[in-house]
Amino acid sequence: MKIKVIVTLKNGVLDPQGKAIQQTLNGMSFSNVEEVRQGKFFEINVDENNETKAKAQVEEMCKKLLANLVIEDYKII
Amino acid sequence: MKSSVIIFPGSNCDRDMDVALKKFGFKNKMVWHNDQSIPKSDLIVLPGGFSYGDYLRCGSIASKSKIIKSVIDFANSGGLVLGICNGFQILTETGLLPGILQHNKYLNFICKNVFIKVKNKNNKYFKNIKKEILELHIAHNEGNFFCNEKELKILEDNNQIAVTYCDSDGLENDENNPNGTIKNIAGIFNKSKNVLGMMPHPERMIDKYLSGEDGSLFFENLLGNLK
Repeated sequence: MKIKVIVTLKNGVLDPQGKAIQQTLNGMSFSNVEEVRQGKFFEINVDENNETKAKAQVEEMCKKLLANLVIEDYKII
Repeated sequence: MKSSVIIFPGSNCDRDMDVALKKFGFKNKMVWHNDQSIPKSDLIVLPGGFSYGDYLRCGSIASKSKIIKSVIDFANSGGLVLGICNGFQILTETGLLPGILQHNKYLNFICKNVFIKVKNKNNKYFKNIKKEILELHIAHNEGNFFCNEKELKILEDNNQIAVTYCDSDGLENDENNPNGTIKNIAGIFNKSKNVLGMMPHPERMIDKYLSGEDGSLFFENLLGNLK
């Protein structure tokens, strides 16, 4: 089963890369772009048919490795 | 005194650290990340570099490597663990130190000499050190220390801030903050002050003709405090 995870920076945490992307977009005539936040996307293929179990496992992975909860939030989709 | 330097795939300051430790009298051993145990040591060093290519987050993969359990056990039993640069990043990812090192504020790789101020001498690393302000070298892309306000208060209340960026007179302000780090923090301790993580590289400042000798002060002093 394939589980997808999005990891993003928490609100209020400085995102210099997002800021640089936003400024570039502004310079490319997308002048109405007010903010860009950059994150990470994971596709995790787990050998498990029970969706609840698979998601619970992926949640563990998020907490232990995929996200650093000091600055990041994760969303399992 | 015995020391061990852990080598991860992508470490690149491991041999400089080995040279520095031996120069000042440590009997140093190099330990591969896939080893199960660490030889008996008075000091364990996690060196600088780009462990695992900085994949995922700097230090995150190294913080789950086989040898790390021994490092954590050693630290929890009071042993001295020093993390320089990438080593500092690894220490925050293991949870031995709070916070995280983020991208430098202006996204540039910074490679230059800086001045740092010793904020707490009541520990094995800086007790008796002859200078308050040291000139050391930094070379990093992710040295922007961040933690939430609650954690920052704990760091301040427990005197866990080890060194801060400043000018040659010791003035700490935004101008002397190379990477956007909060409170000019360049290095921090754990609560019991046996674990130290810092971005500046003392091992690059051990020769008066090539660099400067403030790194020598650091190592001589550390060795003296351990004897």
